[in-house]
Amino acid sequence: MGELIFEARRASYRYPAAHDEAVRAVTLAVPRGELVAIVGPNGSGKTTLLRMLLGVLHPTEGEVLAGGQAAHAWRRRELARLIGVVAQREEPVFPLRVYQAVLLGRYAHLGPFRAARADDLGAVERALARCDVSQLRERWVATLSGGEWQRVRIARALAQEPQALVLDEATANLDVRHEMEVFELTAELVRKEGIAALLVTHHVNLAARFGDRVIVMQDGAIAAQGTPAEVLRRDVLERVFGWPVQVEQWRGVPQFVPLKREERAE
Amino acid sequence: MKRWIVLALAAVAVAVIGLAVGPANLAVGEVWAGLTGSADAATSAIVRELRLPRVLLAFLIGGSLAVTGATLQALVRNPLADPYLLGLSGGAGLGAVTAIALGVGGAWAVPLAALVGALGAIALVYRVALVGGGMLDTRVLLLAGVVVGALAASVMGAIMALSPAPEVRNALLWLLGSLDGASWRSLGVFAVYAVLPLLALYALARPLDLLALGEEPARFLGTDVERTKRLLYVSASLLTAAAVSVSGIIGFVGLVVPHAMRITWGHTHRALLPGAFLLGGSLLVVADAVARTAFAPLELPVGVVTALIGVPVFVWLVRRWAS
Repeated sequence: MGELIFEARRASYRYPAAHDEAVRAVTLAVPRGELVAIVGPNGSGKTTLLRMLLGVLHPTEGEVLAGGQAAHAWRRRELARLIGVVAQREEPVFPLRVYQAVLLGRYAHLGPFRAARADDLGAVERALARCDVSQLRERWVATLSGGEWQRVRIARALAQEPQALVLDEATANLDVRHEMEVFELTAELVRKEGIAALLVTHHVNLAARFGDRVIVMQDGAIAAQGTPAEVLRRDVLERVFGWPVQVEQWRGVPQFVPLKREERAE
Repeated sequence: MKRWIVLALAAVAVAVIGLAVGPANLAVGEVWAGLTGSADAATSAIVRELRLPRVLLAFLIGGSLAVTGATLQALVRNPLADPYLLGLSGGAGLGAVTAIALGVGGAWAVPLAALVGALGAIALVYRVALVGGGMLDTRVLLLAGVVVGALAASVMGAIMALSPAPEVRNALLWLLGSLDGASWRSLGVFAVYAVLPLLALYALARPLDLLALGEEPARFLGTDVERTKRLLYVSASLLTAAAVSVSGIIGFVGLVVPHAMRITWGHTHRALLPGAFLLGGSLLVVADAVARTAFAPLELPVGVVTALIGVPVFVWLVRRWAS
């Protein structure tokens, strides 16, 4: 197993006014060179877990490490050189061109004052090319389609030259083609450049096909984690999602089909 | 580079206009002679003692208001934000009107009272906007600014209603903004006070680019979001408080100039803030020249002139922005 990027040891988080813990005693590890997908129903604690791993929330119990040190203890600029994040939603208020938007990904390297050098511009060009948005560089981001904007945001995260990429439901409002492109791109980065990728997604089947490992969350705890074959089991999915399913094999990877009521009896 | 030269030349040109026009109109040559001291005593005195500090003060205040407006728009992620949004003008106005109504309207008492009022409003708004765990919530900041401003305005209204007429008129004129009180001394005080917040805002220009994207992206791109927001708010509001205490409430510069710069130069604050400073400064120098000369020897409040210029420009901008 490669060097660990994320590690949680019996980590829990309870929101200040809340009665129950939003995340309970989670233990996980995400090494370099692996694509790990987190799935689970709404409100199962995926986002809270992610916010702990990214050092935004301080675990109320247990430990959360990023790059070997407590996630919340990082200075944001240094953490941004380690981890690139594409969060759920982002709506720019002010006009911005694609190139400028991707260049903002270099802030972690540039800081408040240093001018961009050849290596910064090179990183931006590579990121633009990787995400297939080079031809959009002069466009205003407000004029982009949902899929283009998402690819630009991934390019911005890649311009950070991170060791890990975190996508929080980054394909939620993309059509099939753009969604597949995002998954393909992420998997390729993991294979070719050996970065770690952590994906939070509602698409269990894509998680199984692209993920080296899948983590299933339920009620703030990990209900199952392991290879797709270990996790995508009928009993696990029916329990977690509260709906009858059937699991089929597709080229050696389990895929699940939620059943209609009348299919249930068959 | 070329666009900087254009802006700088425009700034110099409006400064010359500001020095030339007034109750005694001077030719450009006379302005130069006055500046270098080769003119007669009266011309030299007009240029050096009356107009030069006033032009410089107008430039510095206009520039400061434009920089503050650009900052606050990005901070609260609202293109309609302006320097007075955060209850400052209400606080400053209340301070000044209280001083005038109490009859302590000396040359230094009114600006000082306005500064105290503005600082009080800043502290109150800031305190309201700090929610759970000491985080500055910019949405609450916006609302707090509006309600603190409304509260100050109503108290101010009560004081004005209960005060004798001439004092009310003075207070109203003060509220509309004027650079009448400009002198080397007021210029010096403001310049010394303004340098630090201006430098701080310029230093925060790149984090401001990120904050304009939203707090979450800003954090993940490497900004210490809470610290940056606090520094931005404190610097911007102290700068506005100083401007208000010297010149009253001069509207629209801080709203229109940042938009004009955003549309023409784009959104990168490292260029936007200095550009807005130059354009805002130039605009206020022109507005002040108009205020002094349009109905000479009477003087219009400069805030009236900026609004007369600013409203049509603003309507045009909003319609363009909405479409």
